[in-house]
Amino acid sequence: MLAVELQARIGTLDIEVDLAVSEGPLVLAGPNGSGKTSLLLLILGLLAPDRGRVAIGSDVLFDSSRGIDLPPEERGLGYVPQDYALFPHLNVRENVAFGLESQRTAAPDVDRRRRVERLLEEMEIASLSHREPRLLSGGEKQRVALARALAPQPRALLLDEPLAALDVSARRQVRVFLAKYLAGLQIPAIVVTHNAADAIALGTQMAILEQGKLVQRGTYAQMKAQPQTPFVAELMGSFPTKT
Amino acid sequence: MIASPSRRSRGNLAWQAATRIPAALLVAFILLPVVALIFGTSAGGFMAGLRHPLVGPALRLSVFTTICSLTAIVVLGTPLAWLLARSRGRLLRWTELAIQLPIVLPPAVAGVALLFAFGRRGLLGAWLDRIGVHVPFTTAAVILAEVFVAAPFFIQGAVASFERLDQNLVRVARTLGASPARVFFRVALPLCAPGLARGAAVSWARALGEFGATLMFAGNMSGRTQTLPLAIYTALESDLRAAQALSIVLVAVAFGLLWAVHGSGAQFAGVRSREGGETVERA
Repeated sequence: MLAVELQARIGTLDIEVDLAVSEGPLVLAGPNGSGKTSLLLLILGLLAPDRGRVAIGSDVLFDSSRGIDLPPEERGLGYVPQDYALFPHLNVRENVAFGLESQRTAAPDVDRRRRVERLLEEMEIASLSHREPRLLSGGEKQRVALARALAPQPRALLLDEPLAALDVSARRQVRVFLAKYLAGLQIPAIVVTHNAADAIALGTQMAILEQGKLVQRGTYAQMKAQPQTPFVAELMGSFPTKT
Repeated sequence: MIASPSRRSRGNLAWQAATRIPAALLVAFILLPVVALIFGTSAGGFMAGLRHPLVGPALRLSVFTTICSLTAIVVLGTPLAWLLARSRGRLLRWTELAIQLPIVLPPAVAGVALLFAFGRRGLLGAWLDRIGVHVPFTTAAVILAEVFVAAPFFIQGAVASFERLDQNLVRVARTLGASPARVFFRVALPLCAPGLARGAAVSWARALGEFGATLMFAGNMSGRTQTLPLAIYTALESDLRAAQALSIVLVAVAFGLLWAVHGSGAQFAGVRSREGGETVERA
């Protein structure tokens, strides 16, 4: 369980969020500029909140009242940014292995190697392991970024617009792959999107962020039946009918 | 009013002349001295010039002092550039501006300022004098003068290079467990290396050409403080061929640097472009 309760002022936007995410993906949707990416960065410790608390289970990552503020490298949270941000000077395998090399607990080399191999297989990128990121397609980049985030065995996974950088044809295919993968994941995950079709495909639990505040939380069906704001109504209305 | 075709082409012609003639004049003016320098000698004259007794010591001294100054600049300047590139604090903004002062400062002023700092009665020099360290008119003074005038060029290049680094790469690296130090060595440094190298090349060229501050602060003693530019200045009075030969050497070096700086661009993503190679085990 990832519990987030944060207040922060980022630029001119006041973010105030109280959010608990259990196992499985939560889709975080909202209009552009509603603070979705900022919220992820706050949870990751890459932006500083004014007040609040972030915890995974009983492990507190941030608590302003107790003066706890773990640096990003000690939070154990996986992150896939919008443009994937693969390290351009490392090949696919080195990208995936990056987080394992950073870990202080020196797992035996064999174990690390095996974990990298397994992730490369799982993400169907084993054949690309020596390739440079700039030679990959959008979908391949995304799977490398996902494998890289999962390699150090994070306690939660945060994905920012995982499908936004893809063209239409790649998007459908990657969406199916990602949805299946996230559904089987044993850790809390937050998937940010502002695309309705992506939102419904990637998770059943949804939360809507507008102007830095959570305006509605629930399943797709609940939101469709009782949208709380015009944005939610529009988002739900634009969904294709479920078959 | 619509101009007739002939008038329009006449106007175009006038405009072309108005832009191209001044442009050609300036290019010719800049290239002429270089051409004159090279064509004003023969292979034999060049070799004879290089055998002049001033040449050897000056060449050795210039190589030695610029290696020392460039090392100091890179070792001290890289952390500074990293700080400057990553901070928006007011103090560091001022620092960034102040550090560029030597670029616009007349070299003679730099020499005088260094004397006031490190001279026997200088701000720091008086104290150094008491513990028996005398900086002015030594090889160390040559190195200090070179660091002073050349450091800003490296810092500028390095800051620009670090600022171009994609912040998402830094963020992701942190979430993958990398400490700030590891982010610097494993992500920032390899990706910014070409930019740092270009900054270092320009900085080295400036150090190699340092004349004014060196003359005022370190003097002109063969083997101790007489670097290549000072040797050229000295040879001008005795043996023109030596001055010419040394100048040609420096022109060649300058061309080499220009080529290295501009010919090695556009390789940001290909810092290491080899295929394959097992480096996973490297922990």
